Amino acid sequence: MSELATLPNALAALIVVALNGYVLLGGADFGGGVWDLLASGPRRDRQRVLIAEAIGPIWEANHVWLIIVIVLLFTCFPAAFAELATTLHIPLSLMLVGIVLRGSAFAFRSHHGEENGAAQLRWGRVFAIASLVTPVLLGICLGALASGAVSRAGKAGFVSVFVAPWLTPFCFGTGALTLAHFAFLAAVYLTVETREPALQEDFRRKALGAAFAVFLAAALTLVLSLFNAPLVGRGLTAAPWAIPLHLATGAAAVTAICALWQRRYAAARIAAAAQVSLILWGWALAQYPYLVPPTLTIAGVAAPRITLTLSLWTLAGGTLVLLPSLVYLFRIFKR
Amino acid sequence: MTDLFAARSQMAMSLGFHIIFAVIGIAMPVLMVVAERRWQRTGDAIFLELARRWAKGTAILFAVGAVSGTVLSFELGLLWPGFMAEAGAIIGMPFSLEGFAFFTEAIFLGIYLYGWERVSRRAHLSAGVLVAISGALSGIFVVLVNAWMNTPTGFDLENGRLVRLDPIAAMLTPTAFAQTLHMTLAAYAATGFVVAGIHALGLLADPLNGFHRRALAVALLVGAPAALLQPLSGDLCARVVARTQPAKLAAMESHFKTERGAPLKIGGWPSGASGETRYAIEIPKGLSLLAFHDPDAEVIGLDAFAPRDRPPVAVVHIAFQIMVALGFFMAALAAWSLALTARRQELSSRRWLLRALVLAAPMGFLCIEAGWVVTEVGRQPWAIHGVLRTADAVTPMPGLVVPFTLFTLLYCFLGFIVSWLLYRQVLKSPSAKETDLAVEPSHGVSG
Repeated sequence: MSELATLPNALAALIVVALNGYVLLGGADFGGGVWDLLASGPRRDRQRVLIAEAIGPIWEANHVWLIIVIVLLFTCFPAAFAELATTLHIPLSLMLVGIVLRGSAFAFRSHHGEENGAAQLRWGRVFAIASLVTPVLLGICLGALASGAVSRAGKAGFVSVFVAPWLTPFCFGTGALTLAHFAFLAAVYLTVETREPALQEDFRRKALGAAFAVFLAAALTLVLSLFNAPLVGRGLTAAPWAIPLHLATGAAAVTAICALWQRRYAAARIAAAAQVSLILWGWALAQYPYLVPPTLTIAGVAAPRITLTLSLWTLAGGTLVLLPSLVYLFRIFKR
Repeated sequence: MTDLFAARSQMAMSLGFHIIFAVIGIAMPVLMVVAERRWQRTGDAIFLELARRWAKGTAILFAVGAVSGTVLSFELGLLWPGFMAEAGAIIGMPFSLEGFAFFTEAIFLGIYLYGWERVSRRAHLSAGVLVAISGALSGIFVVLVNAWMNTPTGFDLENGRLVRLDPIAAMLTPTAFAQTLHMTLAAYAATGFVVAGIHALGLLADPLNGFHRRALAVALLVGAPAALLQPLSGDLCARVVARTQPAKLAAMESHFKTERGAPLKIGGWPSGASGETRYAIEIPKGLSLLAFHDPDAEVIGLDAFAPRDRPPVAVVHIAFQIMVALGFFMAALAAWSLALTARRQELSSRRWLLRALVLAAPMGFLCIEAGWVVTEVGRQPWAIHGVLRTADAVTPMPGLVVPFTLFTLLYCFLGFIVSWLLYRQVLKSPSAKETDLAVEPSHGVSG
């Protein structure tokens, strides 16, 4: 254990914690946008209103988790950030366009002033499409990272350096997986957001559908990982912790689905969050000790000790302010 | 367009876009809190209406600020991986602090915007105060990073690499205090004046409108003192620049030849080739006096630097002239308004003051844009002054004109939409008739 308990490892783990926060909270906001796009049936408009009310007060706070991830990454592992931002310039830029359009369109729709049907519908559409595309691009970037393709070493030419690393079947698998997860989380959360049984039923059905999509995407990604992302694929199949992790993930998934089936929505929410978190941590563990496989290890690209120590203190102090504030926010607006 | 120039343009455009929303995010919460507090103390419902309307506009602007700020945090790496690989470890500290300040801001803004009916009056006002404080802090932390790029400290340089880092010392650089003060005041001045200008326009059309009168008073309460102090903080900045970045000062003042008792050139068109500044008004010994508070002090000119180490003179000089000229106009207007208020005179009946305020509405933001041109272009060719050249920091990614075009179009589109939405919101201001009833009982507390 002692070799695991290093300062760089601690900060790498905290980055995964922040990413986990982003996936569970910010991810669900994107998922909400997906359900806005797919809103249908007699309660279509009420579904959209529920989604908007659920996201409105919290999406900006939820979005900051991503900023924390990025800041910690470039502070504590600057060379890794530089490599990622260089190689993944194209998908990251496209993801940013999605982030900008999603946030702005949502604000435009919410604060449009008078209830102008056509304009609000148009902004709702932009918000929903951006919510669909952005998670796919995020998943593509994470897939490229996991597949060990984010490296310029020994490569030449525009396509092989800047396009080939992320334009792979595996990356599209992780893109689909990310999208399915976000939609799944959102649907499960939304069952708790309303007391109206008919709406709960709508989102229960959507959650079960999304769970199936998650299952398909996960199976596909795991198979593809054996070809495209050997490091992660091996980790996820052969490491000593692999079996217990898969069992735990499977247990969480089964619990989530059973709870949804029995309409125990609060339990389903916890199980769904656990399931998604376990998948994220499984990926992180599978690529340990690499931050950017196959070249940059956590220890190898860590910033000097003083930076890491100060970051840890900043995080500790920041959490003291942040945690009570977040609890307060969610207690005001969430059940 | 070279890739380096495209990268610089994209960064400049992204910063220039984001700064508008960032500044409003810093200052609008103060205006909202002042209005809400007045409503709570006086029961004057127009102040509540004002706070709510401002909150609505702020919600749109804050959202665009949040996402365009996210773009910038990525662009640091997308465009300048060489800079981030070298500097990330030393300037990460203020960025991390900014992350938490921004987190706090976003959380309490959510509570402020959506919590009118959900939390107590006191909790609601406190949420607004926390948004204002954390907004100011996040601005300060980000400017600390820029201050470090101008006057980098807290490390030793060995073979071009930064070693023996001291991130705390890197936050306390020589320009840190002057730059953060100047920017924070700028945020309050620019926002206060743009809001004042909008409501001054309303008062010109509808002089008895109680809504606009109260709005003008609150906007000037925040904007005028800041605008009045701004020339002083500017003087502080310029003197620090003179001491620490002589090439930037020389470009700002279009000062080509090193000399004692250097004259101050006001206006004019610098010609880089001939080393002359045409059509400028010259004040003898003015520059030495201003920069060092000594009429005979030596001011280093651009001739002391090799051509490859000089910033572009014309852009920096002209941007600086614009900032100073508009800044002094705003300061004078602030003094005028404050003098009238001190003599308990009603501002809304002074039509020339209102006209001047309308004229000054965009000036604060023009000053901010010009000021960032001065500090950023004036630091060229360096990304980190004296340590890392901008050309060595840029990404190897080719075709950067494509993302530059993409983000420019995106931001033009957003800018257009935001302007349209706010314009509509302003158009919907209540008329004098609507506010008449509420004006009467609250006379005397609105000013």
